Amino acid sequence: MKPISEVVLNTPASGIRRFFDIVSKMPDAITLGVGEPDFVTPWRVREACIYSLERGRTGYTSNYGLLELRAEIARYLRKQEGLEYNPENQILITVGVSEAMDLAMRALLNPGDEVIYTEPCYVSYRPCIAFAGGVPIAIPTTIETGFRVDPEKIRAAITDRTKAILISYPSNPTGAIATREMMQKVVEIATEHDLYIISDEIYDRLTYDGQHTCVPTLPGAYERTIFLNGFSKAYAMTGWRIGYAAGALDVIEAMMKIHQFTMLCAPIMGQMAALEAIKNGYDDSQEMIHQYNQRRRVIVKGLNDAGLSCPMPGGAFYAFPSIKVTGLTSDEFCEKLLYDEKVAVVPGSAFGECGEGYIRCSYATSIDRIEQALKRIGRFVGKLK
Amino acid sequence: MEKQILKILERDARTTPEKIAVMLGVSEDTVVEAITDMEKRGVIRRYKTIIDWDKAGRERVFAFIDVRVTPTRGVGFDDVAQRIYKYPEVHSVYLVSGDYDLRVVIEGKTMREVAFFVAERLATLDGVLSTRTNFLLKKYKENQDIFEDPGEDQRLAVSP
Repeated sequence: MKPISEVVLNTPASGIRRFFDIVSKMPDAITLGVGEPDFVTPWRVREACIYSLERGRTGYTSNYGLLELRAEIARYLRKQEGLEYNPENQILITVGVSEAMDLAMRALLNPGDEVIYTEPCYVSYRPCIAFAGGVPIAIPTTIETGFRVDPEKIRAAITDRTKAILISYPSNPTGAIATREMMQKVVEIATEHDLYIISDEIYDRLTYDGQHTCVPTLPGAYERTIFLNGFSKAYAMTGWRIGYAAGALDVIEAMMKIHQFTMLCAPIMGQMAALEAIKNGYDDSQEMIHQYNQRRRVIVKGLNDAGLSCPMPGGAFYAFPSIKVTGLTSDEFCEKLLYDEKVAVVPGSAFGECGEGYIRCSYATSIDRIEQALKRIGRFVGKLK
Repeated sequence: MEKQILKILERDARTTPEKIAVMLGVSEDTVVEAITDMEKRGVIRRYKTIIDWDKAGRERVFAFIDVRVTPTRGVGFDDVAQRIYKYPEVHSVYLVSGDYDLRVVIEGKTMREVAFFVAERLATLDGVLSTRTNFLLKKYKENQDIFEDPGEDQRLAVSP
């Protein structure tokens, strides 16, 4: 047979896969490796979905998604951020932010167009850009700047092939949040060079220190920003796969065109559930956020007490400590920790080269389990030193 | 901060001040001070354990008794409520709206014992007009605690 697509061949499988295979054979392992809430979707949301099934809501929806849901999203964004998006044609419901990201890349990029993004970052950014024919240009961020990007480094990476800047705060895996000044600078640079901004703000509600900076609200950002968000994290709805994109009419129209021919629409069950979540789920999600915040402080203190250096993440539900003191690589550390102490964490290198020397510990798990895991990590690091 | 401490203690009364301090990002002294103060003010009345008596192998019978009462001038329902709640068999007493006035929860060893208590003690009290007894058959959820083992964590062990 002839070989499969080069771009796919050249994209390595996610670095997370290998650990998944080992952990799944260890039933008594404690895992801090999970990138999703430990809460089950609030009952009112599940119940609303069941009710919609009983009423026979099982067909296609508009390509854009249920108008009712788009209208609620528009209302929410107006109330929460003061943003004005027309629900008719400026909001597209997608199968998670993952699909929205893919659509954004395919809608914007011609072969060879460059997209600047920051690392460490979510595992799918680089492949998404590459699969769309683009060239991923990574800007490393470091612990010294709290994993915030230096806008000047973005400026320095711009060429005449640059099409867009992809940015995501609060960050998976580092938990870093953006400052308003920093993001304003990024917007100015994008404006100077006429670049799109793709802002993945899936963790926006999970901001513990200060106020989340919503990129399209910044002066000059609205017209050039594709705003991506969804229901997975704030409402514990990962498996429902409902996200959305909001932006300028022509870009959303272009994304919808791809979505129309490849996905048709997001599943109606998930959309019905999302509708209930956005209408009535605020208190449920607020309660979860309070709990993440408490766990965040427990895990960060525990990791530092264990002898790892861990800055306080301002958002998301990940701690990203340095393991350099142990002399091991991220991969070695994670594998040894798993075999010796049965605790699963994810090597920072899975999120980009500059994640080497770090591990990602998710605190989307009960405080009791976090404490057990911390005890084991402490013992493990103690032995290595 | 007081409310946050209360919520943590309501979930697990054995959470140490040291741990609460970390969870809330304040000093341990602040937490101890706040808890002592709330204990003094009676905001925190006491600390209890939630027990699944069925699992502990102890047979106990609960019944909800709806009681219709003639209110007394000056004291309303308080007088008769007091007469009722002083019995150790009485688990709780609430003044409620609706067809009946008081909702009394009785605890006993057997259904017979509870039934006799209602017939002999409750129904015969001055001011009690009528009663309606509902025996508790199964406890699903009480004070936010679901009496059923939570299922396993079904998430993938590692995910992006």
